[in-house]
Amino acid sequence: MSATGSVGGTARREPHAPESTLGRKPDYLHAESTLRSWFLTTDHKRIAILYLASITGFFVIGAVAAGVVRLALIVPNGAVMTNDTYNKAFTIHGVVMVWFFLIPSIPATFGNFLIPLMIGAKDLAFPKLNLTSWYVFMGGALFTLVSVVLGGVDTGWTFYAPLSTAFSNTWVLPALIGVTIVGFSSILTGLNFVVTIHTMRAPGMTWFKLPIFVWAHYATSLIFLLATPVITTALILLIMERAFHIGVFDPAYGGDPVLFQHLFWFYSHPAVYIMVLPGMGVISEIVPAFAQKKLFGYRFVAYASIGLASVTFFVWGHHMFVNGQSDLASLVFSVLSFAVAVPSAVKVYNWTATIHKGSLRLDTPMLYAMGYIGLFVLGGLTGLYLATLAINQHIHATYFVVAHFHYIMVGGTVLAFLGGLHFWWPKFTGRMYVEAWGRVSAFLIFLGFNVTFFPQFILGYLGMPRRYATYPPEFQLLNVLSSAGATILAAGYLFPMLYLVYSLWFGRRAPANPWNAKGLEWETASPPPAHNFLEPPEVPRIPYDYPIQAQETRDQHR
Amino acid sequence: MTPDHAALQLWPAAVSANAVETDVLILAFTVLTLLLTVPVFLAITYFALRYREGSQADRQPSGIRSNLIEISWMLIPFLLTLVFFVWGARLFVLSKNPPPDAMTIEAVGRQWMWKFQHPTGQAEINDLHVPIGQPIRLRIISQDVIHALYLPAVRMQVAALPDRYTELWFKADKTGTYHLYCSEYCGTDHSVMEGKITFMNPGDYQDWLTHAGAQQGKVAAGRVLYEAYGCAGCHEPGSAVKAPGLAGLYGSEVRLADGRTVVADDAWLREKILNPNGDRLAGGGKQVMPSFAGRIPADDLGRVIDFIKAYDTAGARAGASGAGESAEATR
Repeated sequence: MSATGSVGGTARREPHAPESTLGRKPDYLHAESTLRSWFLTTDHKRIAILYLASITGFFVIGAVAAGVVRLALIVPNGAVMTNDTYNKAFTIHGVVMVWFFLIPSIPATFGNFLIPLMIGAKDLAFPKLNLTSWYVFMGGALFTLVSVVLGGVDTGWTFYAPLSTAFSNTWVLPALIGVTIVGFSSILTGLNFVVTIHTMRAPGMTWFKLPIFVWAHYATSLIFLLATPVITTALILLIMERAFHIGVFDPAYGGDPVLFQHLFWFYSHPAVYIMVLPGMGVISEIVPAFAQKKLFGYRFVAYASIGLASVTFFVWGHHMFVNGQSDLASLVFSVLSFAVAVPSAVKVYNWTATIHKGSLRLDTPMLYAMGYIGLFVLGGLTGLYLATLAINQHIHATYFVVAHFHYIMVGGTVLAFLGGLHFWWPKFTGRMYVEAWGRVSAFLIFLGFNVTFFPQFILGYLGMPRRYATYPPEFQLLNVLSSAGATILAAGYLFPMLYLVYSLWFGRRAPANPWNAKGLEWETASPPPAHNFLEPPEVPRIPYDYPIQAQETRDQHR
Repeated sequence: MTPDHAALQLWPAAVSANAVETDVLILAFTVLTLLLTVPVFLAITYFALRYREGSQADRQPSGIRSNLIEISWMLIPFLLTLVFFVWGARLFVLSKNPPPDAMTIEAVGRQWMWKFQHPTGQAEINDLHVPIGQPIRLRIISQDVIHALYLPAVRMQVAALPDRYTELWFKADKTGTYHLYCSEYCGTDHSVMEGKITFMNPGDYQDWLTHAGAQQGKVAAGRVLYEAYGCAGCHEPGSAVKAPGLAGLYGSEVRLADGRTVVADDAWLREKILNPNGDRLAGGGKQVMPSFAGRIPADDLGRVIDFIKAYDTAGARAGASGAGESAEATR
């Protein structure tokens, strides 16, 4: 355990001396213990734990599929497995990671658990709907997994028509139906969050006192609500076409295949921000806590969340610069895509400015947050390369794209997820993990990630197309390097799973506020009681009321 | 794999002025991104050391108005990157408008091969020969799913759509042979849907058109089709189905189940491919081959037969590659 952790622990045990009084009121984990009390719970915290367990399972499935892909690519000639096996492996990896891990990851777990706590509410606005969302999610996911058990799908997670509707001989229908169902779970969760944030805030919790985490989830929920119905519609049309030959996308029946790409990306580009915005929310909580300083430019960061959620609806065409879209459309989508970088840059510069003149502790969550900033910046800027029309014509659909979006998805979402998991683990479970192990995992993942994906930028620029089961031998060296990195990354992922589970039984008991962090979630016990707060929490004067204040606080509150 | 192949390559070859300018653009953009990010990375590292908890550092607010900072770090990087939008857009528009004197080559994608047809009628499968010093316009369409033709040496790609033509043009100024790929995922053998593009001096190109293009290419093209239509998946030695081998078949005598003996000539091979259930072979093997009637156009069928004709020669064998992967090539 780090010096900070233990010192902080003893120093802050005292305000919670009434632990004996808390002891009489059992926490949410021990309020009831039957299986039924878990599977029929309407407690947002327990539902968050159900989600956490489920998405961890899906992450493992997706990661194993990624391992199969990297295994195949060690040799150029496809000697390890058939092309069909390879194609199914990368499809499972994409489908499971995008739809069943990344999209629900932070919102359904941390969002579910923390939004009511952060706004000082007892639960979400619709607790039963919240449980329904989980069942819908699991139902859809299992439907898709059935297709994997039956023999797999080989369309890629993008399901482009007419390959998916008329040409693939694999189990496309159950996969499509499953993904369609999961969309409804997103919509219900988004609805629940929007209503909760509007109506359930504690007295005195005005909009500009909300943590950025809540702003980010509000923005994410808007995307859930506005974009998900479009993919649902598109997928239903795809199902209709595959099952009944209704001609929408396949030219053989009078359809237009590029139309599917438009509908698909109209959702799937905003979906990137479903994955990224909650991660930004997590980082905006961690950085001030470990700098003990107010978040720099709070209002700008809040507006940037809403700005990103808006602009992201107008850039989908940048996925189709070389796909037969009109040149004028490409020009417009290109310049709009450059504009998306602005609110993203605002966040990065503000996090950096928050660290400036802070009082820094480099504990595990902060290490993850710093790794996040590095990877996210690289991912974001390589996105600008792709948004540049002439460059896109060369690196579109190559490994450059693969590297770019992994820097965003893994660098952005997964590192934020892990950082947040370590940050709020004491709150979720009432236990501390071993700090030194946490730091090792953060380093392993950062190292493994870069060794895996940085070579792919070079491979892409050299012209190696993505989704290739076999490749020209001159690309082997970089591919072997990438696969070697994947083994380090795998070890980095496995390690936290082990020591976090270990901490559940053997971890030191966590105080209410082990990090000396601000925010209402730290005002209640760890783990919180079933109804979150024993007494109505007192809303602080300003958000991020840390000892070190930036100049703007005076500007804003003069 | 030869040692050359294992060497680490860090920059792709560029054979057109457009490709060179694309490289300059990406290098210049990289310089800008380094200018925008290296200070952030250095600052984070420096702050992390300077302002560690317990360090003796000045933590007094600096007194700078934050709104000004916010607006400047929003606008300055944005305006700088816009320069690259304009540059990239200019190159893009140029690349979308072929000059009127461009030579048009037809390109057709299908699962899983590329067919090219030169203006003078010569056709190629997967490989493409083009002259340098002259604009070449590729007119592209697909017969089935969406493919994309990707030519890294000229930094260009464009989708092959099943319902309308797309275009791609370039003017190469260097000779050489480079990769040509399908870059839009198109099913089982997506990664096998690739070949070579050869940029030639105009004189050599004319030569190629009259000799190699018309003659030598035939057998090689037939081998590609033999794999693409899935023949190889069953007929290659070592396949799971154990269909009769085709090497040396042409011109030999074949014993049939009804006791007759026929000579495997062009007409008989054609009939056997289109109607496999007729003329059962002696030996009691199970007839599982599907009919290719309506699945293989006459020109492709001719090339496959040309390949079978040549299949007893060492040259035809040498081209064998990845035959096992094509087992499901027929649909």
